[in-house]
Amino acid sequence: MRSSDVIIQTTTKVVFYIIFLFAIHIFFAGHYTPGGGFVGGLLTASAIVLLLLAFDIRTVKKALPINYTVLIATGLVLALGTASASILFNVPFFTHAYDYFTLPLFGETSLHSAMLFDLGVYLVVVGATMNIILSIGSDD
Amino acid sequence: MINLLLFPVLIPFLTAMILMFFPKRVSAQRTVTVIGMIASVISSAILLYTVMRDGVQAVTLGSWPAPFGITMVSDPLSAGLVLTSNLITLAIVFYSFRSIGAGREKHFYYPAMMFMLTGVNGAFTTGDIFNLFVFFEVLLMASYVLIVLGGEKRQLRESIKYILVNIVSSAFFVTTVAMLYSVTGTLNMADIAAKVSEIGQSGILTVIAVMLILVFGLKGAIFPLYFWLPSSYAAPPVPVLALFGALLTKVGVYAIMRTVTLLFPHDPGFTHEMLMILSILTVVAGCIGALAYFDLKQIVIYNIIIAVGVILFGVSQMNMAGLEGAVFYLIHDMFIKAGLFMLIGVIIAITGTSNLREMGGLLKTYPALAWTWLVAAFGLAGIPPLSGFFGKLLITQGAFEAGNLWGGIIILASSLIVLLSVIRIFIHAFWGEPKPVKGTSKQIYRGLFVPAALITALTVFYGVGTEWLRPVMFDAAEILHQPSIYIDAVLKE
Repeated sequence: MRSSDVIIQTTTKVVFYIIFLFAIHIFFAGHYTPGGGFVGGLLTASAIVLLLLAFDIRTVKKALPINYTVLIATGLVLALGTASASILFNVPFFTHAYDYFTLPLFGETSLHSAMLFDLGVYLVVVGATMNIILSIGSDD
Repeated sequence: MINLLLFPVLIPFLTAMILMFFPKRVSAQRTVTVIGMIASVISSAILLYTVMRDGVQAVTLGSWPAPFGITMVSDPLSAGLVLTSNLITLAIVFYSFRSIGAGREKHFYYPAMMFMLTGVNGAFTTGDIFNLFVFFEVLLMASYVLIVLGGEKRQLRESIKYILVNIVSSAFFVTTVAMLYSVTGTLNMADIAAKVSEIGQSGILTVIAVMLILVFGLKGAIFPLYFWLPSSYAAPPVPVLALFGALLTKVGVYAIMRTVTLLFPHDPGFTHEMLMILSILTVVAGCIGALAYFDLKQIVIYNIIIAVGVILFGVSQMNMAGLEGAVFYLIHDMFIKAGLFMLIGVIIAITGTSNLREMGGLLKTYPALAWTWLVAAFGLAGIPPLSGFFGKLLITQGAFEAGNLWGGIIILASSLIVLLSVIRIFIHAFWGEPKPVKGTSKQIYRGLFVPAALITALTVFYGVGTEWLRPVMFDAAEILHQPSIYIDAVLKE
């Protein structure tokens, strides 16, 4: 599908960042409230799909030169690596660790190792969704 | 090492991830797969040793207390099955080098294999029924990739059937798990078992038990739910067929074993009687199929169905002899099916056909292949001292002890038909006048024959070393017979 609609292209350039930032917000919100890596990943993928609709596959590939299969693998390694850290401490698999740190700008913040696992989930969801959409969409 | 029992699940998983980074580099793919598989075999051997020494191992993920978190449990049965699956997969990896072709190797063949092994090992290890569903999905997803990979017309047609059947059965599985949860309020298998024996196995729980048997029966190919299996399994290339034939149906069988011995052992008059009748029908239907075809693949595939029937018949007897025989026969069957499929792969590579009528006289040109086939065939039929003998002996003994005389006799008679069906392959393919064959290079022949012969040699050791393996099988059967050992290992820690 070739589209050269100026309005949708201009809007997309702005809306893409809004969706992306919202995805990051949802991702971090997920620790205590609804949200998390899965929804965040889906939102990010939807932002990229919007780019695909407004422009074409070649342009988007140029702007975001990401191999989505490698993205899936990276996400899986990150998730499994976080979960496997528990093996080193000889506690049951998937046991997560957290502590409170005082960070500049944020003040006192609780940092959880589960967040890294969620980041892995996020990458896997983005990679898998984009892989599916691209393999259906590029087939004409 | 509290997490030891997870290693056989995690190592193939990690291997698959690493392989996904460089799909196009075939030699690197092969090297990493072999390293990962060897590590996985070693870890599962250590696991089996630990389980035999220290008793049932259990870990609840995320440090949650036992019935609330996901529990992974390794008893002699599951550790033995995990070791078996790893050994078979390692042999099939070597077998694939010379048979699967670079096209498939570049399109995630090895990662799919590793993901499938992750699912298989996970399903054998998990102690949580919803997690069992998840691992079933993991192995099914990977098997969808393996069955369709290559995209031949026949593969595409059969994969639609295969995916459809499995999606329907997975939907039933989730529904059944939801029903089970609404009745017992727990998903932990040990906790379910404890609760069911506390509140008694009422009508609704028996319904759920039957639904679980049907769901697992659809995956494990019992009568009449095996209809999809023969044509679907024949579609992919031989290494994939060997992997499916050796591992996938056995996961279903294992799940049925757990269902009727651990979760719902309280109404044997209904569930076990039904399982026994179904398993005898499965044996009969498999025997008819094994004799009806002149196609190498189909003959061995119908032998899978016979074996599923024999194992489940042993389970349905619910006495020590029957259960021990079932465990013995289950592991024997995994090895021997892998060996048989790999050997027919060699025959197909040499003759270029799987039709028995178009081959003959291979004994003169390939004597080693012929005699290995004969050993494997005798092992399958259970001629002492080969591997199938002791399992079947115990199953028959169990049947006689439980008073199911006719069932035992049918199982014994089926051995003769099994022997006939595989000897028919020997007669047609190896005896008679040599027919013009496509032939194959020495290198390919060796690459295919050596892993197949090694697996066959393992089955011979399995048969001859019965006395040495007996403690493992005995412990496995004892836990099936007395679920309280399993329940205590999970809940009282």
